[in-house]
Order: sequence, then C-alpha cells, then structure tokens
Amino acid sequence: MTDVIEKIEMPEHPIAPFIRMDRMPHIWCPTCGIGTVVKCYAAALSDSGLNLDKVSIVSGIGCTGRVAGYMKLDAFHSTHGRAIPFATGVKLGRPELLVTVFSGDGDLVGIGGNHFIHAARRNMDLLVILVNNFIYGMTGGQNAPTTPLKARSSTMPFGNFERPFNLPHLAASSGASYVARWTCLHTRRLKQAFEEGLQRKGFRFIEVIAPCSTLYARLNKLGSGLNLMRFYHDSAEVRNGEDTRKVGMGFQDKIICGKFVDEEGPTFLDLMQQHYKGVLKDRYVPMPPEGGLLHE
Amino acid sequence: MKADPKSVLTGTHYLDGDYACGEGAMAAGCRFVAGYPITPSTEVVERISQRFPFMGGTFIQMEDELASMAAVVGASWTGTKSMTVTSGPGFSLMMENIGLAAMMETPCVVVNVQRGGPSTGLPTMVGQADMMQARWGSHGDYELIALCPQSPQEAFDLTIDAFNLSEEYRVPVLFMMDECVGHMTEKVVIPPADQIQLRPRVLTKVPPAEFLPYRVNGSQIPEFARAGDGYRFHTTGLTHDERGYPVMTVEMQEICVRRLVDKIRLNADKIARYEEDGVEGADVVVVAYGITARVAREAVDLARAQGRKVGILRLIVAWPFPEKRIRELSKRVKAFVVPEINYGQMVLEVERCAAERAAAIPVPHGGGGVHDPERICAAILEVAK
Repeated sequence: MTDVIEKIEMPEHPIAPFIRMDRMPHIWCPTCGIGTVVKCYAAALSDSGLNLDKVSIVSGIGCTGRVAGYMKLDAFHSTHGRAIPFATGVKLGRPELLVTVFSGDGDLVGIGGNHFIHAARRNMDLLVILVNNFIYGMTGGQNAPTTPLKARSSTMPFGNFERPFNLPHLAASSGASYVARWTCLHTRRLKQAFEEGLQRKGFRFIEVIAPCSTLYARLNKLGSGLNLMRFYHDSAEVRNGEDTRKVGMGFQDKIICGKFVDEEGPTFLDLMQQHYKGVLKDRYVPMPPEGGLLHE
Repeated sequence: MKADPKSVLTGTHYLDGDYACGEGAMAAGCRFVAGYPITPSTEVVERISQRFPFMGGTFIQMEDELASMAAVVGASWTGTKSMTVTSGPGFSLMMENIGLAAMMETPCVVVNVQRGGPSTGLPTMVGQADMMQARWGSHGDYELIALCPQSPQEAFDLTIDAFNLSEEYRVPVLFMMDECVGHMTEKVVIPPADQIQLRPRVLTKVPPAEFLPYRVNGSQIPEFARAGDGYRFHTTGLTHDERGYPVMTVEMQEICVRRLVDKIRLNADKIARYEEDGVEGADVVVVAYGITARVAREAVDLARAQGRKVGILRLIVAWPFPEKRIRELSKRVKAFVVPEINYGQMVLEVERCAAERAAAIPVPHGGGGVHDPERICAAILEVAK
C-alpha cells in the first residue's frame, strides 16, 4: 500500500513557485476567504510577465497581514497599520520596484486609516489589496471600521451601531487612480483586477470581500464560511463605473462590485521629478531607479 | 569608502546644530529622509529638502511620525541610507517602528532634538529628559546606540558616526541632540569629501539560493540583502529564525532576542565613547552630556579655582553606557556629580555603576533653560569638602 502511494507523482501546484511552500500549512481557518485572494494574486503575478525580483510585498498585522509572509517575493511583515508608509519607503528608496501592500480592513483603514488617505492623496505608486472580512479576525472578532450596522462582533454583542466606511468611496475621494471591489469568489475578475493593478501606476486600491468563517459567521449565525461565501457571491451585483457614493454596504446586503475608477494620473514620483526638472533644470539629480545606495 | 563630493559642503561655515546635523547626514550618504514638522528639529529637514534635489536624495514629509519612521525602515531595506528627525512628542510616536527596526535589524538614524516635556511641554525650549526613553522607549528587550553632540561641529561629525555605527551594527542609532545645540550657531568645519570615511551598506555576496537573512556565522551581525536584488527574503517584527520566518517558541525567543541584546552589550566597550579632563587624581568627577557638558565645564573651572580636584567625563555615546569606566573611577573618587536637564536619568546609570563605592549626586533641572554653573559648582563643593 505504502509503495503505491509513493509512486504517485504529485504535480506541483500551479502557484507553488510564488508561495513559500516551506511555510505551509498557513494559519488561516478552513473556508476563510483570504486563500482564494492569494491564489488570484499569485495567478496574476504568474501571467503578468513581470520580473518578480523587482516586486516587493508589504503587510501589516492581522489575518491578511500574514500574506506577505507566504509570498515568495521580497516580503515585509511590518507593524500594525503601517504597511502603507513602510511600502512608501520601499518605493521611494528604490523607485524601480513594484510594491504591493496586502493587508486587512482593520489594519489599513482602522489603525492605518490616516496613512491610507494620505497615500491615496499623493497617488503614491502602490497596489493596495485590502481583504475586508468586516471584523478583527486575529484578535477574536472585535468591531472593525467596516463592520456593517447591526452586525454582531465580540465588542458589539448587541449589534454594531457605528457607521462603517464605504472603502471604494474613501479611496476614490482621497485621490486613488484605480478603485475596484470584488468578492473572493469572483476569482476570474479578481485576478483580472490584480493584473490591471500590477500594470497601472499610482495608488491602486482593490477591496476584496471575504468571509471570516470562524468569527463573523459564527457571531452572526450565518452558517459556515462556505455558506457565507456563497451568500456574498449571490448578493454581488456588478456595476462597473458606479458612483462610489452608492456602493456602501449594509448587513447581509447587496454587495456592489466592479471597477469604479480607472484614471491614469501623475504619481507622487512623476510629480516630484517633473517639478524639480522644471524648476531646477539640469541641476536636478533624481534618485537613480536602483536606489540611493552608494557604491565603493 | 569616501563620501560623495556632491553632498559634502566642504569649507568653514557658521551653522546651527540642526543645519550641521543635516549636512552630516548628507555627507554620510543619507539619501532618504521622511519626517514630520516639529520644533525644535524642523530645520534639519528644511536644510535637507533644500539640498537633496541636487544629490539624488528624496525627502518626503509624511502624515505623522508613525509613518515617517515606518517609511525610514522600508527605505533602508532597499539599501538607501535613511533618517528621520523629530523632537519629544514625535519621538514617542516613533517608538513603535524603532522597535520594528531593532527587530528587523535595520540600519537607520533617528534624530531627536530634545525639548522640555512631558507631553507638549516646552516646544521651543531645551530639555534632556528623553534619555531613558532612548534606551527603553519601545516595548520589549533590545539594545540600541545613542549619541549626544555638544556643539554644531559635533552635530556634523557625530551624525556621520551615527550612520557608520548603524551600518556596522544594523541598529537604529538615536541622535540625542538638545534644543540648545540644535539652535546654537557656531563655526563648523566640513572637511573635503575624501577625508570623510563612510561605512557603506555592505551587501551579501552569498547567492540567493543559499542566503538566509538572519544567519550569523560566528559574528553577531547577519549579512544584508536589499529588496530588488533577487533574494526574495522575508523579514518580520515577529520572533523569527535565521530564515526570517516567525517561530513562536521560548527557544527561538532566546536565540533571536539574545542576539539583538548581545550584539551591542558584548561590544559596549568598543562603542562607548567619552571625553575626560582632569579625571586622574580627582576627588569628584562631573558626568554630563550635550549642552549641559559645556555648562558643567564652567562649573568645574569655578570649583578648581577654589582648590578642588575636579574632573569631567563627557558622554559622547550615552547608550551603551560606559559602565566599565564609571566602575573604575568609582573606586578612586569620592563622588560623581551629574547635572542634566531632567529630574535624574543618566545619574541612575552612574549610581548603578558606582555601586555605592562613590556617591552619585544628581543636579536636576526641569527644562526650559540650562543650569547656572554656580549650582553645579555648589554641588561639587558640597561633596569635595
């Protein structure tokens, strides 16, 4: 019997080259939505034709904050809420790099909310992937700035009465050049969004709705993560180009998905370099694309 | 390696400490600065933002000090030498990512032009009350290096040393200026670039397939790979193994954090730096740093004029503390007199090292001004009777 099993050749998983397989199994719960988001991101990297040596990934803290740690890229697991400014440093320190920020809702728009709006305002060259599970998962299901009204969390045991963020609107009104929202079951569209995100410049924001099976689903008696995933998928309505003011979400409500903003605009680095070139002419010395490392 | 002539303002200048610190950073090869405006430190980044566009440097004013420090850590991982500049309230906010820099072993420099505290305190007036925060400000155990310049000339010279030390030990180096030194204008001599010795960021030569970001081979400091060179490394603020992967065990905590502490503690004698005058044969030694060291010198002269045998030991590196030297001196002197612009911080270290072999007398000042030398002199006379 053992002999038979040993002879079965396991084909390598198609995303294995992009994942730190030596860190598997991952920490995520069964039917957590983050895994499919990672799969889509890896598939987008695979099809992008990019030189992955020049792609860095930065996460903050939390369940989605573990993504950077599983990607076979130059990967930074930074502090809670600070993935965006950390990534800003990576981008400005070596401008040729393509930098992805991959983190959760609590991390990026709770504790890190100020950094989020300022990076969008600057149109900082970052692809920001935010997995929204409506709750603080890693710490045990506390209320998040994205928890829908009436939904229960461990710190709102009688239902949430705080108004949540409408994240696409927050990003768009702060100046993001690309804004989209999908659920983690829209794998084809999500991968396509990531591919676009990898190709565009400026602050690209992609929100992905994903179930927290262990806490959000349980606290709200919504069944398993699989039930919730199916519900999100079925409640999703694709409205590309929709006015972001109209895409806020209620509890177990319709989820408006789509690409809402896709406008090429000058990034922070474009503006800085064009401005200095204009004002200082040939006296301006920009940082080389490979960074400000001084060689012997 | 030698400094880049583009960034070295060779000549004799009349500069304040903040500007001199900025010049020191640029000469040291700093090419990324992130900061948030705060008095009395802002002139450092104003100087840098004026000159960076001519030497390939990038300055960004971030939304707060949390972001500034995070950006500095991120930029340093690309190999670009990085710095931020602040004062007390901003220093408090930076503690989070100073801890991250310590854990990830990220070379960088954090300038704190100290003002009176706590809280908003005295924004435009001097203090030296962040010295213990410099040591213990971020949570958890770690060891860093902190320098204390006493003049604009030293603000220039020691900023270069701060960068070099941060590269050598892969730690954030805290540059603990004070408002007086920051705002005092004096002669600053900037040497030619080829006379400024820099420690470059040394990149590993181990091929990516064999490289482990936290492997140490006998030394205490791992080799460095920067983002974008194909190493595909992982680094984290979590307790980690030599691969940089999180490992949450008692054993790994011991290996990981022990080395962070040991790489400075075991080199403390090498890093410690102080300047002495008249210490041999002295009954009393004044221990001081920053602007207070200059005031104390006046007090020492006054006491000597009255026939007392008084020496002075000026701390140039505050952390690691020169334990060994204070211990030696404590066997020979009656007392240490420690004036500082706080209610007693570094005096605690002096007291600990003296271990009751000699008295450690604090001469506190709440901040907003410097000591009257007569007060320090009175403390000396009191113990040197």
